[in-house]
Amino acid sequence: MIAEFRRALSRTWAFIRRERVEPDLDEELESHIQFAVDENIRRGMAPAEARRQALIRLGGIDQVKEEHRDARSLPYLEDFAQDLRHTVRTLCRDRLFSTVAVLILALGIGANIVVFSVVNTILLRPLPFRDPQRLTWLATNDGKGGLSNQTYTVAAYEEFQRNNTSFESVTSYQTFFYSIPYKLTGRADPLALMAVEVAGNFFPTLGVSPMLGRLFTREECLPASGKVALLGYGFWKRQYAGDPSVVGKSISVNGAPVTVVGVLPASFDFGSVFSPGLNAEIFVPAVMDFWRGWGSTLALIGRLRPGVTVAQAQAEAHVLFPHLKAAHPDWYTDYDSKITSLDDHVTGQLRRSLFVLWCAVGLIMAIVCVNLSNLLLARTTARSNEFALRGALGARRGRLVRQLLTESLVLSGAGAFLGLGLAYGATNYLAHQGSIALPLLSSVRVDGAALAWTLLLTVLGAVMFGIAPAWRLSRANLQESLKEAGARMSHGLRHERMRSLLVASQIALACVLITGAGLLLRSFLKVLDVDLGFRPENTEAIKIEVNDGNDRAKRGAQLREIMDKVGALPGIESVGCTDMLPLDRNRSWGLAARGGADPKNRDTSIFVYVVTPGYLRTMGMHFVSGRDLSWQDGPDNESAIVINEAAARREWPNQDPLGRMAYGVSNKDSRVVGVISDVHESSVEQASSPEVYIPMTQADPEGVELVVRTKLPRSVFGPGVMETLRSLNPGQPRTQFRSITQIVDHSVSSRRFFAQLVSVFAAFGLLLAALGIYGVVSYGVVQRSREIGIRMALGASPSVVRMEVVMQTLRLALVGVGAGLVVSLGAGRLIASLLFATAPTDPLTFLATIAVLGLVALLAGFLPARQASNIDPIVVLRGR
Amino acid sequence: MDPAKLDLLQGTLDLMVLQTLATMGALHGYGIARRIEQVSGDAVLLNQGTIYASLVRLQQRGWISAEWGISDNNRKAKFYTITKAGLTQLVEDVAYWQRLAGVMEKILSVSKSSPAP
Repeated sequence: MIAEFRRALSRTWAFIRRERVEPDLDEELESHIQFAVDENIRRGMAPAEARRQALIRLGGIDQVKEEHRDARSLPYLEDFAQDLRHTVRTLCRDRLFSTVAVLILALGIGANIVVFSVVNTILLRPLPFRDPQRLTWLATNDGKGGLSNQTYTVAAYEEFQRNNTSFESVTSYQTFFYSIPYKLTGRADPLALMAVEVAGNFFPTLGVSPMLGRLFTREECLPASGKVALLGYGFWKRQYAGDPSVVGKSISVNGAPVTVVGVLPASFDFGSVFSPGLNAEIFVPAVMDFWRGWGSTLALIGRLRPGVTVAQAQAEAHVLFPHLKAAHPDWYTDYDSKITSLDDHVTGQLRRSLFVLWCAVGLIMAIVCVNLSNLLLARTTARSNEFALRGALGARRGRLVRQLLTESLVLSGAGAFLGLGLAYGATNYLAHQGSIALPLLSSVRVDGAALAWTLLLTVLGAVMFGIAPAWRLSRANLQESLKEAGARMSHGLRHERMRSLLVASQIALACVLITGAGLLLRSFLKVLDVDLGFRPENTEAIKIEVNDGNDRAKRGAQLREIMDKVGALPGIESVGCTDMLPLDRNRSWGLAARGGADPKNRDTSIFVYVVTPGYLRTMGMHFVSGRDLSWQDGPDNESAIVINEAAARREWPNQDPLGRMAYGVSNKDSRVVGVISDVHESSVEQASSPEVYIPMTQADPEGVELVVRTKLPRSVFGPGVMETLRSLNPGQPRTQFRSITQIVDHSVSSRRFFAQLVSVFAAFGLLLAALGIYGVVSYGVVQRSREIGIRMALGASPSVVRMEVVMQTLRLALVGVGAGLVVSLGAGRLIASLLFATAPTDPLTFLATIAVLGLVALLAGFLPARQASNIDPIVVLRGR
Repeated sequence: MDPAKLDLLQGTLDLMVLQTLATMGALHGYGIARRIEQVSGDAVLLNQGTIYASLVRLQQRGWISAEWGISDNNRKAKFYTITKAGLTQLVEDVAYWQRLAGVMEKILSVSKSSPAP
């Protein structure tokens, strides 16, 4: 054992100082030969013969040295070092080839690293909480409908918390984030805050510890207690410059002192997990007694007891909730819940999209490998002389193959290095895209796992694209090669067939990628094309504050003044207010037609928007019949509502709803005064649900958004609006305008993200395919230039030659596209669930794919064709 | 290739070198090669150069040591001597080799006289 260990050390040592060991051996061998020569001469040989015999007995100096080296050092490493030197020299000589190869690889590997990092962050890496596999998400109404349908009342939350046996703890947060506006006061210009109200056990249940200070105590969650807050990491850095002494200090929120008890760690990003795109700044205890009267507002998260499965918890909930409902006749529903792991809730719907993305980027890698393989194959042929010569000089075939594989490895290593740089930039960019509504995206980065993946790809890639040329070489007859290269005859047909096959498969892969991208892109365009029911362009919204003391008449007067003044500003076309914007957030109540079917036996839930007159028109919503709400619909007048067509269809099927009475959204019956076209309120892709619009003078809004329609840019109209708001209410917090387009964009952002990425990959695949076609065809032309020259000398016209080359290209494309289309049909079915209003066999997409690939093939074939027809027979025939 | 000569089994050369150095004391590479050829009655097929790979293996294991010196006929040569560890190893290897040879002998003689049932 010790001896072997010593030997390993010595070998490594010998490898490191290999330059210095060699002369010692030379000297030793020289003395050996001298001894032998001396002895031979003593036996009577002539000196020349004596030396010859000595060398024969020794077995050749170089062989001995080689053998000695193998025993002494680490032969593989030594060969590798030699191959490496040789490779770098060769690649440096062939600069164009190396640059192209490394660039292709860098893009391919880079794309793979980026997608892996995204997949790893969203799907593979556990959520950034303690024992995340025990965390679950609870949703009522089978997780369907608007926010109000999926959330819980305080009573339901507390009862479930008390009575369940599956959960170690159940916690909640308040989902109607802006219903109580928060602002940082005690300064010249109040600053709007994004605050999240959480149950006292929220952070302990998730297993999040504060970076500084402490969490909330039980007492601090009671209504009578002094107010406290925890700061989000980003807000702390931004607003307090990361000053630790802010902990324990009092800040002013909504005009009242609030003590900062702690700062949350950077790893806790509430928005990225629970509400992508939301930037939570401070956390305050949700005072349950306050929310008790509010209906369903709480989202529930449970931590399972050790050993309890989601299915067991689900089974218990199915029994427990109806039981609780029986004990509480005042509950509207039994809150029967769907329980999923938190992980599923956060990333479940993305799984397929990400998988498709991963496949697409895998295809890219395959195309890159095939392309490289082809380039290398062409080079191997061009270098057959070199290899034949080295073979003739005694290089073993295995050694030559190893040399080729080393070249592949160096190329893919360089590509990976560059690709890592690209990926680093790209992930960094993605992590700062707040506008993409993908969970956890903010924590995407190239980490250890991504590095390991890169390494795997690099080696696998090198073997994949290096194996074909190496295989060819190992089967090549070196002598033939030497002879053939001299004659420069058309190079083995088999060889060309192999390259053609590679190109065809490359086209096939690109074809799959392009149809897939085409289908996704078309879906995305269809989504953009959806009639939203409102016109998002040129419309901007800003949160404003109304100090009405819950007096509806006072509120009406204030709002009217604000709207009049803002509406009178130059360039403002119209103004309106709402508490919730479509595609932003929503809540639902119930609404039933007076005299209609019994609401007990059917779904009467309806999305409720508390708005001012002018809002519907400002948003560009379309009146089907009736009138807009008006300031005359005051607190003491008859309750007036505007509904959408979906509500009309449900409550008054086949009847004119105008002037009819309904109940459920006011303490008295409401009269339908207008009907508008359907508006997409919760998703661009789902059909719209029943909606009702209630005047702000007859119901209490949950926060107020002022919406203005103007063609002016934000920088022009913004200051004027802000100034007007401040002049009417000095407490108006500083806050950002949001364009409605931005809100729509946000809701389609994940689809756009996937469609764009896959399209970029498809474009890259197309480029590679074009390169592949061009390479093979033009190489074929060069190889056959003699033959073409002879035929032209015999009378073939340039156009015939040109035609022939183009036809050859098209044949390649045809085979590739044919195979590709078959695979695409299967792939289309795989992504069918990701498509919107597009069939997986969408003929337009498939036709476009064929056309694009055909065109690219034509283009890639045309250049070599022109080259072929420009061949001068005389030059060619004289040349050789 | 001379069919009368024995091809060396893997590892046997190392043992021969050790044994040679143990009996002869310090020797240079050529001396070792010649000695093995002589003792074996030229029955061993040996590229003399093979010795050097064997020598470096033994040296790296710490069983022999090497030093440049001057030979009887006044030539500079590298002399090898067996070390203490080498002697221990030699005893082990010899015992192993004899056991193996004994077993081989038995098996070969049995299978020749009485074929397996």
